[in-house]
Formats: sequence, structure tokens, C-alpha cells
Amino acid sequence: MMLIEVNGAPTYCYTGGKPFDAARPTVVFIHGVLNDHSVWALQSRYMANHGWNVLAIDLPGHCRSGGDAPATVEQGADFIAALLDAAGVQRAALVGHSWGSLIAMEAAARLKDRISHLVLVGTAFPMKVSPALIEASLNEPEKALRMVNVFSRSTLAPPPSALGPGTWVYSAGMALGRKVLRSNPAVNVFHRGFVACDSYAGGEAAMAQMTCPVLFALGAQDQMTHPKAAQGLIQAARAAGRDVRIAHLPVGHNQMTEAPEETLFALRDFLGRG
Amino acid sequence: MPGYSDPGFDTLALHAGASPDPATGARATPIHLTTSFVFESSDHAASLFNLERGGHVYSRISNPTNAVLEQRVAALEGGVGAIATASGQAALHLAIATLMGAGSHIVASTALYGGSQNLLHYTLSRFGIETTFVKPGDIDGWRAAIRPNTKLLFGETVGNPGLDVLDIPTVSSIAHAAGVPLLVDSTLTSPWLIRPFEHGADLVYHSATKFLSGHGTVIGGVLVDGGSFDWDGSGRFPELTQPYDGFHSMVFTEESTVGAFLLRARREGLRDFGACMSPHTAWLILQGIETLPLRMERHMRNTQKVVEFLAAQPFVARVGHPLLESHPSHALAQKLLPRGAGSVFSFDLKGNREQGKKFIETLKVFSHLANVGDCRSLVIHPASTTHFRMTDEALAGAGITQGTIRLSIGLEDADDLIDDLKRALKAAEKAGA
Repeated sequence: MMLIEVNGAPTYCYTGGKPFDAARPTVVFIHGVLNDHSVWALQSRYMANHGWNVLAIDLPGHCRSGGDAPATVEQGADFIAALLDAAGVQRAALVGHSWGSLIAMEAAARLKDRISHLVLVGTAFPMKVSPALIEASLNEPEKALRMVNVFSRSTLAPPPSALGPGTWVYSAGMALGRKVLRSNPAVNVFHRGFVACDSYAGGEAAMAQMTCPVLFALGAQDQMTHPKAAQGLIQAARAAGRDVRIAHLPVGHNQMTEAPEETLFALRDFLGRG
Repeated sequence: MPGYSDPGFDTLALHAGASPDPATGARATPIHLTTSFVFESSDHAASLFNLERGGHVYSRISNPTNAVLEQRVAALEGGVGAIATASGQAALHLAIATLMGAGSHIVASTALYGGSQNLLHYTLSRFGIETTFVKPGDIDGWRAAIRPNTKLLFGETVGNPGLDVLDIPTVSSIAHAAGVPLLVDSTLTSPWLIRPFEHGADLVYHSATKFLSGHGTVIGGVLVDGGSFDWDGSGRFPELTQPYDGFHSMVFTEESTVGAFLLRARREGLRDFGACMSPHTAWLILQGIETLPLRMERHMRNTQKVVEFLAAQPFVARVGHPLLESHPSHALAQKLLPRGAGSVFSFDLKGNREQGKKFIETLKVFSHLANVGDCRSLVIHPASTTHFRMTDEALAGAGITQGTIRLSIGLEDADDLIDDLKRALKAAEKAGA
């Protein structure tokens, strides 16, 4: 792992068990609301052992990272730019899940040629969050977390996932959400993240501004970010002449844990392209 | 199975972890009786060994049938995951061996299964792990017993055999204030009666031999992690928070924010100690769990009738079940165990040792054997069997006398159980005349 000072605060970066090597290409993994780096455990560890520098971050104000949690997608994108500068990374691939996909998309628009690939897992635009869920995330976070977990799940029989065989993804999601929420006593990062998703308006513009190829990895049964809700972005990307790939994963919003192999293969094959 | 609400307990008991077999369409979980799993390539093999990809390598570490059982028990308990083991004792040992080594200390309830008491008092002390025993209701005692090298607090949901209910919310608060996890043996209650994680426990294990299996056919255990304990914040667990040279220099808490304990337990404990479960055993326990809710309901109904019968018998000195207001844990049981405090309990005859012997030997429906949680009703004399290594003082501490009889109430017609007990009580009373 690496702790990188970004904007005066330590940023935790899981490196997949491998030291940073400037000669290798770099991929940055960006988690979603109330998650941390560990949701990418399998995919990030695989890439680190297959020729890539991995920086699977805890966003500022989340778990092991200091700093102020991003209040907007744009702030998150600014942080990614600052992270690359602080790490001395000139060019990187960005992989984001859910809220992290919006941050990755906006960062790709701002950083243009510095981004080699963009992977949007479980994305949608606009990423509207119901007023009831936003309200619950602030005032009844346990109830809201339960709702999110139910909406994110697509199966009662997930395959061997990040913790290994015998993992119960639903409770793991609940436990992780509680820990992330507890990790920042100053700010409710659950509510802040949802508001940031809900208020982001720059998706289509971002698609026009970026220069890299884009992979959409969408869960066919995703009730949090339904595949239909990504169609506008896909059209915008194509209209802007982006090289667009789409992977339809047979799961819900927990793509990395409910379909770890399919998610990895989509990611690996896309990042393996020049 | 997408849905807009949490699946209920009964649904999880049937479906969690299992889907129709993609290769054959088999609806029941297949038994994967194989030691090993073919790698697709050298890279696939390396990725599995290095935890870059999910999957199975060798059945001592994991197996698809066992994984269904592990997911199912984790789902029923509300845990992040589970590990199936060769027995309940293997699950207890795996928990302890994952968290500590020589020089460590445990605080445990006095009201434990005799085998657990043996492990802590005699066996682990030989390996440099000390245990201080505290009466489960002695709250100040729990707090006072914690030392700088304490790594674990440990008790049973309902202590064997006196059914002292462990005040999990209070004891877990004491544990957490000291940066120590609470491990709970929930064998006698099963998740149908209590889900210890919801009350503050950090780790739970079962002897799946008992109610989870439910049919007295197999030996097995399951260890479950609630995923909530703060291993980093505690500062007492370098086993989980520092690089482990024995497995890719992995820092387990960085690898998994909520599953560090299970990662090390599987990658070290199962790998090195090897107390794994047979896939056939896992399958049989799965069959049992599918009817756990139905069986537990009947266990509780029968128990209530038998307890009420025994409490009204003049030849019975004491019935030790929290259903009764006279039981010291009655109020706590009503709070933590509203569906009942289990179907395993003890009572004392007003008689001598010979009369106790006559009582047991007269029973026809109850089987005299060393097990509990069977679908059949069982009986045993703890002082001469399960707890025979304990001194009189230790026995008294656990609420056991020479005249104590332990029952495990099964699923038979309650009237037949009561008739059987009635005949045996009469014979025992006559034997003293």
C-alpha cells in the first residue's frame, strides 16, 4: 500500500501487494458511495500482478484517507488530478464504480490525454437518487444502507468473491457501509455522496471533452443504476467519436463481488488494448 | 433473486448460497466430493493461489458444497462470511488460533460445554494461552479479568447446562471498550432463537452437529465473522494488521476492510491445522438447515410443555430453564431470546445418585447418549459424562450437582415425552423407598 500526500492530507492507496513501479502503466480504482478500496480486492490485486501499477484509493474522508470528503463529482475529479500529480503519474487508466464512475468520467474530461482508458462500472446519467433515500441517508442511515443493499443485490448465491468462498455479500455490504460511515465522524459521507451523485449535471459534456476509449460495465439486473440509465451517456460518447465498449454483466449493482470474474475479464481485456 | 425487501429467515434457510447447478440443472446442492479443482492455465493457478481470482483449489481450504453451507449460515447469522470446520471444537480452536499465540489470554464464561472448558483450561495452557473464567452474570468480573494481553472474551448464548443467558450487549460493550472481540458459542440456540451479532458479538460459532444439522448424523462446525470489529483500532492484533510472511506478506485488514479475520482463518488456520469439513457432511448439514425454522418452533413448543410438567412434579427439586420465573436468567432471556431459550436444559431430582441412574435407565423414548440438538429426545447425567473431568468446585461453578439430569427435547409428540418422564420419575422415586 502507499500513503500519498494529496492536498495536504494522506490518501490511502491499495497497491495489490506490489510496489509502485514508474515503468509500468497505472490504473486508479475509484469506489462508490459508502465503499472503500476493498470492493476492488480481486480485480485490483489481479491487475497489480499482471503488469499494472494499482492505486485503489480510499476517497478523501473515507476509511484510511484523510482530508475532506468530496461534496461534488467535480471536487472528486479535482482530487483525482491532484492524486496523479502527487504520485508522479503522467498517464493513467481510471476505473470507477457508481459514484466513482462519475468522478472518473469527470476526471477523464478534465485530464484529457492523461487518461488512457476509462471504465465505468454500474454507471448512469443523470444518477438521480430518490429524495426518500437521500433523506434516509442523512437521518436514518441504517435504514438507507439496508435499502441500498437490497437494491444492489441480484442473487442469493453469489460465487466465490473477494473474501473467498463462504462470503455473504449482503452482510459484507452492510458491515462495510457501517464502517465507512463510522470512519468519518465529522461528515455523513453517505448523504454527501448521494447528494453529489444526484446533483451532477456534467455527464454528457464530459463525454464530449475526454479523449480516451470508454468501457461501460453494466449489470443487467442493476436496480441502483439501471442499464437503460446509461444509454444517454453511451450515445453521447459515440456522438463524440469515443471508442465505446459495453460489457453486460449478469448481475446487479454489486458487479465486483457478484460477478468478480466477468467484471475482471471485461476490465482486463479493455485495459489490455493499447 | 432481486427484490425490494430483505429475504426472511425461512427463505434464507432454503436458498442462501444455493442456486440450480449451472452444469446439470440440479436443484439440490450437489456434493462436490473432490480433493482438487483443475486449473484453466498456469496463470489461473497462480491467480487463485495469490487471491487475485475467486475459486477453489483444494478442498481443505474451500469446496463448492461447503461454500454453500458457509454462505447459508453467514446469511442466517447476519455475518460477512463463514468457515465450515470438522467440528464445533475445531471452529473454536480456529477462532482462537487465528487471533493469538503463546503469551495471550482469554476471559471465558464458567458456563461452558465441558469440551470447551477442557480446551481452555488444560490444553491451551500447555501452548501458553491462559484463560480466566468468570461467571457469565458477573459483569464486574468480566471487566476486571481483562489484561493487556487479553485477546478474546468468550461465552455461550445459554451456558451449558444451567442455561445462564449471556448478557451479550453488556459483555460485548466491556470487550469493545478494551479493544477485544467477543466470541459467542451459539450452538444451543441457533440463529432462529438469537442472532448474536445483532446484540454486539463479533464472532459466532456453532457445533453444527446439533440443531443446524438436527438429525444426529454428522459432526461439524461453522465459524462466522460479523465483520464489525475494529482490528486496526484495537492495536492488539498484529496477526491481522501487520504483513504475514506466511501468506504473500498480506496485511489482512488492508486486503479486506470487513473480512480480515476470515481471510487469515482460512488461509492460515484451515491450511495449516487442516480441520476442514467433508463436503458430504456439509450437504447433510444443509439438509438440516432447510428445516431449521420448522424444527426449532417444534423444539420450543415441546420444551415448554415438558418444563411445565417437570416444574409441577414433587420429586423434582429444580428445573433449570429460563422459561420459569425462578430461573436467574428469566428476565434476560425474555429480552434476548423472545422465541425461547433453547430445548436443552437440566433439572435436579430429589434423590441420590442411584435414583438418578434408575430414572435414566427407565426412560424409553429419551435416548441416553452424549449429544444434544437431535430431532430425537436425549438424556444424560453431566457429572459422570460431559463434565466428568471437572472438580466439585468447578461443577458447582457451572451449576451442576451429582443429581443433575440434562434433557434435550426433540420433536416427538409432547404427550409421549411427558408419559416417558412420568414413568421414569415414578420408578426413580420407588427406587429410594
